[in-house]
Amino acid sequence: MGDISLTINGKVETHDVGDNTLLVDFIREKAGLTGTHIGCDTSQCGACVVHLDGVSVKACTILAAQAAGSEVTTIEGIGSSDSLHPMQEAFQENHGLQCGFCTPGMVMSAIELVSKNKNASEKEIRDGLEGNICRCTGYHNIVKSVKAGAEKMGV
Amino acid sequence: MSEGIGASVTRKEDKKFLTGKGRYTDDINRPGQTHAYFVRSDVAHANIKSIDTKAASSADGVVAVYTGEDVVADGIGGPICGWVVPCRDGSATKEPPHPILANGKVRYVGDHVAVVIAETLAQAKSAAELVEVEYEELPAVVDLEKASSATEIHKEVPDNCYFDWELGDEASTDKALKSASRVVKLTVRNNRLVPNAMEPRAALAEYDDISESYTLHTTSQNPQLTRLVIAAFMFQIPESKLRVVAPDVGGGFGSKIYVYAEEAVCTWASKKINRPIKWTADRTQAFLSDAHGRDHINNVQLALDDNNKIVGLRVDTICNLGSYLSAFAVSVPTYLHGTLLSGVYDIPAIYTNVKGMATTTAPVDAYRGAGRPEATYLLERTMDAAAREIGMDPTEFRRLNFIPKDAFPYQTQVALQYDTGDYEPQLDKAMEMIDYKNFETRRSEAAKRGMYRGIGVSTYIEACGIAPSAVAGALGSRVGLYESASVRVDPTGTITVFTGAHSHGQGHATTFAQIVSEKLGVPLANVDLIHGDSEKNSFGMGTYGSRSLAVGGAALVKALDKVIEKSKKIAAHLMEASVEDVEFKEGKFAVAGTDKEKAFGEIALAAYVPHNYPHETLEPGLEESAFYDPLNFTYPSGAHIAEVEVDPATGVVKVVDWAACDDFGNLINPMIVEGQVHGGIAQGIGQALLEDAHYDENGQLLTASYMDYCMPRADDLPSFKVGYTNTPCTHNDLGVKGCGEAGAIASPPAIINAIIDALSPLGVTDMSMPATPQKVWKAIQDSQSIAAE
Repeated sequence: MGDISLTINGKVETHDVGDNTLLVDFIREKAGLTGTHIGCDTSQCGACVVHLDGVSVKACTILAAQAAGSEVTTIEGIGSSDSLHPMQEAFQENHGLQCGFCTPGMVMSAIELVSKNKNASEKEIRDGLEGNICRCTGYHNIVKSVKAGAEKMGV
Repeated sequence: MSEGIGASVTRKEDKKFLTGKGRYTDDINRPGQTHAYFVRSDVAHANIKSIDTKAASSADGVVAVYTGEDVVADGIGGPICGWVVPCRDGSATKEPPHPILANGKVRYVGDHVAVVIAETLAQAKSAAELVEVEYEELPAVVDLEKASSATEIHKEVPDNCYFDWELGDEASTDKALKSASRVVKLTVRNNRLVPNAMEPRAALAEYDDISESYTLHTTSQNPQLTRLVIAAFMFQIPESKLRVVAPDVGGGFGSKIYVYAEEAVCTWASKKINRPIKWTADRTQAFLSDAHGRDHINNVQLALDDNNKIVGLRVDTICNLGSYLSAFAVSVPTYLHGTLLSGVYDIPAIYTNVKGMATTTAPVDAYRGAGRPEATYLLERTMDAAAREIGMDPTEFRRLNFIPKDAFPYQTQVALQYDTGDYEPQLDKAMEMIDYKNFETRRSEAAKRGMYRGIGVSTYIEACGIAPSAVAGALGSRVGLYESASVRVDPTGTITVFTGAHSHGQGHATTFAQIVSEKLGVPLANVDLIHGDSEKNSFGMGTYGSRSLAVGGAALVKALDKVIEKSKKIAAHLMEASVEDVEFKEGKFAVAGTDKEKAFGEIALAAYVPHNYPHETLEPGLEESAFYDPLNFTYPSGAHIAEVEVDPATGVVKVVDWAACDDFGNLINPMIVEGQVHGGIAQGIGQALLEDAHYDENGQLLTASYMDYCMPRADDLPSFKVGYTNTPCTHNDLGVKGCGEAGAIASPPAIINAIIDALSPLGVTDMSMPATPQKVWKAIQDSQSIAAE
């Protein structure tokens, strides 16, 4: 279809894409940001969650073209190895990850969840993460991480 | 805070995963890379009359299209079965060929028929639509109980029976059953599951025509084994001409042990087109073609004497192994299942017969626990059924039959000898954690709210640390199951550990470094772990069967001991003392009775800058390797107790509490161990309540996406109470047993027992997995209509 431009983690990315290119493929293949993962093909697993203009979305549910002109934040854009985002820190401190594949989507969902509900209860956290599948942790430590992350973020 | 053994330090590997810097196979790209897409069978069973690839071959962007004929022409073989067993009649396991692209016949929906390689994935997918396959359909074989009389799937496998195997003493067991005062009978089905690691399988294959060698990046739990199988058995090329790398791998759970058709096809084709080829499964392909797990039907007979002591156990099993024999397909329902039938109980006579059947479904192989969950499920369900029949509390009936703690080492009637264990304290602790004694109060309180509350116990054993090679070999394994470790000390004292084990979530970079830190007294930050690359690592057997620490960790300790031994000699020379007088403690070599000491770093430097060095007796350098072959399996055990509430209006089962008390021997990192327990329990709850791989009568997989296959999500699960007892393993230096599979082994019977307990006031005595709301609701309705009659 031609070039589209969007801003990812503060950097403008302009690439030639097909009509049916999904946002997640744009992020991974065009922008080369492979922290956003693809774990299913039915928008169920949440491994591809990013923030689109501040709202968490599964990047496999929208076309790159629909996101043209938007600001996208991926897992690479929220913190760095020497300055982790409080939610990233909380996941490390509470062993909220094992294989790491669902982790970027989980962290992105968690940040939005606690931003909207700073005193989220265990039940609210569990309900809020219903769209992110993790096969390793049994969610116990993810829930702990999200609670701790909320406190650290001071939201 | 100590960073060594027993410390819950945070994981060294976390930062890369948390910042999006994990590097999984699909994240890697190569210049000139092409993309593969597989044409898969959409019928369960058919002869292939013709395949027309002309249109596909000339489609936009297509580089090549290959079929089974091309594979045969190049003399490429199929994956092998890694373990076979003898049959009751003395014949061998029937091993049909397993072509990597179908050769005249397809045997399950998803079977690989052709591969299309194109410049882009979209072009490969589009062109795959143009491959025309004409099938002559044959009847699907789906019903496990009717498989023996159904259409033959392989000409090499009469009656669709791969093997008919037995273990134990049939005569004495049948005698015990005949003379028993009570025989409890139960038939259970262990539902078929799809492992569903969150990272779908992927492969990136390249060929270098100068060195005439291949490199394969793949999603494997055991890259060295993958290299051996592809090079030596499938391609018949020198093993050194294939490098296999398993970079970050997003979960395995058993499904990434085997060598799959796709990775072999991509590797083979990368030479033919002399360009890199990438393939990544989408989730539907994963459902169709990943090895599935479980799928047993077990007929159980448990004999009791007048005092409610178990006097005999007979288990007749048929298991569904699918369309081809995957690598460990045969060992899972036999030596990883039949040998565990004594559980934690003193049973004087045991016999089991297992028939491994072929069906037109995906190959079935190991899934977390692999055979041991099936053994535990049938045994723990039967223990509860027996307790109910005789009117005993299920915990008391278990206690009565536990192997007493003074009976270790305990020789079971099914080959294994348990080295250590003490089962009563585990049960005591789990009961305390969940407040078992006040359960009836909670049941009454729930009843007031209109809910049925139940409690369910499971006391399990597993055999981990797979495996003593001599034992495994005698039982039919075609590989050794030792592990390797190398420790490279740098001149400045930093350390790199190389292991043949592979971490895909287990946290080896941390736990292995903790062992080094403990043994050498160096900071955790100074230790790095290299794994997963056949070019860097010594030959090793990878990670499955909760073996990494019990076998790989033990190999590491051996290598570290060699480093210490050599360092002592260097230290003795530097301090002009005799080696016998040199002690090593907390990172320092000291001469006993003097104030002379040398830090570990000084010894490392002396080893690489050997100006003052005992050259006549010692080589320079400080790098040691070790291989460790275990003397026995390890035997983790535990007690898990589940508490559930059933809503009679909807049939929904809610897990409201969970207590797990496990004996894993010594713990290296309790935080990581606890995470393994959580994950295992969650998968067990998934099996018991939610997950079911279901084929229709035509062999179509109806549950081939997350819309249809119900994965456990955060809101399906409770938080878990986890505790431990410890009887250290007696035959490895770390005293460790393994913790990766325990939760998945223990939990399914605990849940089902809890549901039956909840509904026992209604007269419900059976419930199959998964206990879906529909099934539970129906059981309630049926019980009420029976009561009304």
